[in-house]
Amino acid sequence: MTNMNTEQWSPKIVAFFCNWCTYTASDLAGVSRLRYAPSTRVIRVMCSGRIDPEFIMEAFAKGADGVLIGGCHPGDCHYSEGNYKCLRRYDLLQRYIEQMGIDTRRLRLEWISAAEGKKLQEVVNEMTNTLKEIGPSKIKHVVETIEK
Amino acid sequence: MSNQKEEIRIGYYVCHCGHNIAGVIDVKSVAEYCAKLPNVVVAREYKYMCSDPGQELIQKDIKELNLNRVVVASCSPLLHESTFRGATSKAGLNQFYMQMVNIRENASWVHESKEEATEKAKDLSRAAIHRVAFNKALEKKKVPVNPTALVVGGGIAGIAAAMSLANAGKKVYLVEKDPTIGGYMAKFDKTFPTLDCAACILTPKMSSVLKHPNITLLSYSEVSEVEGYVGNYKIKVTRKPRYVKEELCVGCYDCITACTFKEGKFPDEFNFGLSKRKPVYIPFPQATPLVAVIDEKTCIHFKTGKCPQTCAKACERNAIDFTQKPEVVELNVGVVILTTGFQPFDAKKASNYGYGKYPNVFTSLEVERLVNASGPTEGHVVLRDGVTHPKSIGIIHCVGSRDEKTNKWCSRVCCMYSLKLAHLLKEHSGAEIYNFYIDMRTPGKGYEEFYDKLLNEGVQFIRGRVAEVNDWATTPEEKGKLLIRAEDTMIGMVRRIPVDMVVLAVGLEPGKDAQEIRKMFNISCSNEGFFLERHPKLAPVDTFTEGVFIAGACQGPKDIPDSVAQAGAAAAQALALIDTGHVELEPNTAFITEERCCGCQVCVAMCPYTAISFDPVKKASSINEALCKGCGTCVAACGSNAITQNLFTDVEIMSEIDGILIN
Ligand code: FES
Repeated sequence: MTNMNTEQWSPKIVAFFCNWCTYTASDLAGVSRLRYAPSTRVIRVMCSGRIDPEFIMEAFAKGADGVLIGGCHPGDCHYSEGNYKCLRRYDLLQRYIEQMGIDTRRLRLEWISAAEGKKLQEVVNEMTNTLKEIGPSKIKHVVETIEK
Repeated sequence: MSNQKEEIRIGYYVCHCGHNIAGVIDVKSVAEYCAKLPNVVVAREYKYMCSDPGQELIQKDIKELNLNRVVVASCSPLLHESTFRGATSKAGLNQFYMQMVNIRENASWVHESKEEATEKAKDLSRAAIHRVAFNKALEKKKVPVNPTALVVGGGIAGIAAAMSLANAGKKVYLVEKDPTIGGYMAKFDKTFPTLDCAACILTPKMSSVLKHPNITLLSYSEVSEVEGYVGNYKIKVTRKPRYVKEELCVGCYDCITACTFKEGKFPDEFNFGLSKRKPVYIPFPQATPLVAVIDEKTCIHFKTGKCPQTCAKACERNAIDFTQKPEVVELNVGVVILTTGFQPFDAKKASNYGYGKYPNVFTSLEVERLVNASGPTEGHVVLRDGVTHPKSIGIIHCVGSRDEKTNKWCSRVCCMYSLKLAHLLKEHSGAEIYNFYIDMRTPGKGYEEFYDKLLNEGVQFIRGRVAEVNDWATTPEEKGKLLIRAEDTMIGMVRRIPVDMVVLAVGLEPGKDAQEIRKMFNISCSNEGFFLERHPKLAPVDTFTEGVFIAGACQGPKDIPDSVAQAGAAAAQALALIDTGHVELEPNTAFITEERCCGCQVCVAMCPYTAISFDPVKKASSINEALCKGCGTCVAACGSNAITQNLFTDVEIMSEIDGILIN
């Protein structure tokens, strides 16, 4: 937490969590009172397979410093394979955003099971620190300039 | 977008949750902030939104202020979404016009900085306020519940759950992977703290299961496939071949006597290998069903094909059938109770205690069989040589429990069963008994009293973790003995105690097949691998998959009374579902707008439930709502934006994203 105080700016991460694993893990982190960086803003979806690449691009375009996707571990998806579909889209998106000049570390995919409140804490803290190193995203301004 | 025409009138409510939220988040400023957001007609804060007055507040506002949308910022929707949906619909508004914001689990409980947590609560509330304007009125779909139950696992928890359901008049399938039901309890001698004879209280229950007209027992069977959803599960159960026809066998033992093996030759599973059995055997005299089973791994017929098959000839009822194959039966059930139990910690993993190396190191389960009058030694406590009576016995607690190197958790039963074994061993052998314990844990009715009783029975108690068991004698008296080296924290010394026999009080672990079962039934496990309950306090026998309940040690280590109590709770939950007769499904299914569909069929391949089909005439795909489970994978894949997922439409999610980021 110490570096949080020294560094004033806190990144904003739009987090898409699947209902069955990562959202539950996030509840568990809460119930267990695990402290983590206040950077995430969670949007609950039923499955990571629901996450449309458009959502991610929209988040970046509107000023998110990072996008975190949380789903069930491979083989554990509540709907059997939505997470694999998500993984494929994620791989493509990583290449796509790189070409657009977006640091690929701004988009992260993690498998976090319902029991892994601790992992959720670690992932959020880690990603927050990384984003602090990279600094605020400028994509929003670029998009706005182009639109103008 | 009919939504855009109607005037959106939002009521926003932020909950203090006592200090849980208000102690960190400045709820007043959040409410003031939200009051100024577009479409918000009223924004209030209240101590406990989930309480009756809290709910009434919403209902009153809906009526008086003509609200048509409600946003509640409080705890996780997984906890109270149904509460607030209920409040909303009671006031005459469609329940899906209510949107929840999780500012407790996702904010106040996990952040220290009040400013940042408050900032986050504002962002999340703004997102919900943006989103709720696009929420659509939906109806939950009612589906009937098949009134039949499946119970998986025939230990004491499974037996208790099956009996409760069957006694309530419900049809139950009880599936057990072993040739007999009874589980671990059937192997115990006495139960703590009452010292009831385990078999005397269990075996009548086992036979009632078999006799019960409402219970179909599928022993020596395993669940191999699960399909469907709450109220309507389709389960495939694989019945392993016994090579003995269950309907014909009467358990007369003639085949066993006639087997070409004159003596037992293979480790007897029921006695943990302390005795030997033949390839054809009955696990124990009260096995239920009382039917012989042929073990193909050891039977000569299966190994070489050159067996005279004396067993088959001896059977007057022609029950032996070497041609049996695994058979798959299909069951349709509405609810499932998992009671698949635990496995004992493998004592070999605690190598410093010498199990497997020194023959006279036993596990507690082996000793359960040794002190049992119907066990391999008829209750005589003897060393591994089968004849020598031990004069001193050391019982080591917490083997594979409360240990950083193996399992961190307390197994909850070991202290008590160690006390019980201490009592029984003393009674049966008169030996000097030493208990090596870390802490004595005896919470339970009559448990502490039992410990007191033992303290007065002359059993020795040494407080401290045992470092090692070896046979390195340094004096002639120590020769041939096992030496227990342990810290005695009461006197602050390391002690070396020579004994003839060591008993390792092994802990409880998740069952071997827990992961497989978990995947099949689509439930979760907690970190250690026990099945995860829906809520640790308020839904201890529910899982995140509706219609699937858990009871007994598969959920976590527990003793017999707790397992039975939990089985009753699971049965009651299952009954509630069955007797309601129907379940309401979340309307989060997807549908395709035909005019927009370009017929590319990308979605068809995406669906794990084959719910989508393509109509070549219409040149468009459509979704069978009954099959759709609402994951939304097809929606994200559709390039033409032709698919909509109810409850999670594109505009709903997009507006949530925008709401988070635009202020
Ligand atoms: S439900 Fe979690 S990824 Fe599919």
